[in-house]
Amino acid sequence: MIPTSTTSSVPEPSLAELAWTFNHIALASFGGGLSAWSREVVVVEKKWMSDEEFLSALTMCRILPGANQINMAVFVGSKFRGMAGACAACFGLTFMPVVIVLAMSVAYFKFNDVPAMQNTLKGAAAGAVALTFSMAIKTGRKCLTGVIPALLLVATFVMNGVLHWPLFGVLAIVAPPALLWAWPKGART
Amino acid sequence: MKDEGLNLIHILLLFSSLSLLSIGGGNTVIPEMQHKSVGAYGWLTDKQFADVFAISQAAPGPSVLLVTIIGYKAAGLLGALLATVAMILPAAALVFLVSRMWNRAADSPLRHAIERGFAPLTVGLVLASGYVMSHAADHDWRAYILTGVCTVICTSTKTNPLFVVGGASLVGWLGWI
Repeated sequence: MIPTSTTSSVPEPSLAELAWTFNHIALASFGGGLSAWSREVVVVEKKWMSDEEFLSALTMCRILPGANQINMAVFVGSKFRGMAGACAACFGLTFMPVVIVLAMSVAYFKFNDVPAMQNTLKGAAAGAVALTFSMAIKTGRKCLTGVIPALLLVATFVMNGVLHWPLFGVLAIVAPPALLWAWPKGART
Repeated sequence: MKDEGLNLIHILLLFSSLSLLSIGGGNTVIPEMQHKSVGAYGWLTDKQFADVFAISQAAPGPSVLLVTIIGYKAAGLLGALLATVAMILPAAALVFLVSRMWNRAADSPLRHAIERGFAPLTVGLVLASGYVMSHAADHDWRAYILTGVCTVICTSTKTNPLFVVGGASLVGWLGWI
């Protein structure tokens, strides 16, 4: 086997492993923080992608229509196993959550109340937010290699998070300078 | 339930079009989803919509599964399945095509520029979503302290994140936040 530049030294996952892994990611993410969970499993635990590859895929998954994490599952699945891989990852991510959501909604429409777990979920949400922040810190450390990426990061955060500008407007402003800064030296268009 | 057949057609048309319109993530089409399923079709009341939205946010997995609940209310189990597939499939097919092109372009300068240049932007966006989440989840000062402590644990130790979220849930269950 000749290793290519895109595949790492990790063995390619089977369809069952893709489905099982995304099922694990989905179930772990009660209270939110699905992106952070995906990175934790796909990058840190399984080493299926590098941080850079994961982050750029995540942004593309945000730009494209569809739920970000379903898009991410399609992205990872198709990288290793084409269409079958995309379907397996997508199925793994959604099957158990659909069953759970259905059970919760049957209970809701029967008893006309959200299942009494408000406090627990509030705690879980606080933990999930923490997971999201720690993902930003961990990945931020790696990509903050100078003043320009730091400025890009802060500008994106302020415009999208604090000022609530829509994603497309923010990217229209920050993506051109980011690409210009990151363009491989010596390469021609 | 003679309306179920018609409801299924409406479910298919509504969610498959919302799927392709949900640029930036599933949450961007929620106002339109509410407008159609509450106002136009009368599948749920406003209160029910707000409640099932909360359920879909809290449940594990992608929050877009809100459509599963709406489909269930409109046309039973079949409606739930149809709504889920209609919401996922069109967008997923598009992402699949893009990911194929992306994987073929492994050595293009554009891909290298996007991987390196978009990293700080994505971290900024992740930070923004954490910030927005902490504002949305009616955080008071105790919840902020809990979030802060959990962030330090996740960042500086190798603790399994499941323990951190589980621990935070326990703190919530005990009524401390």
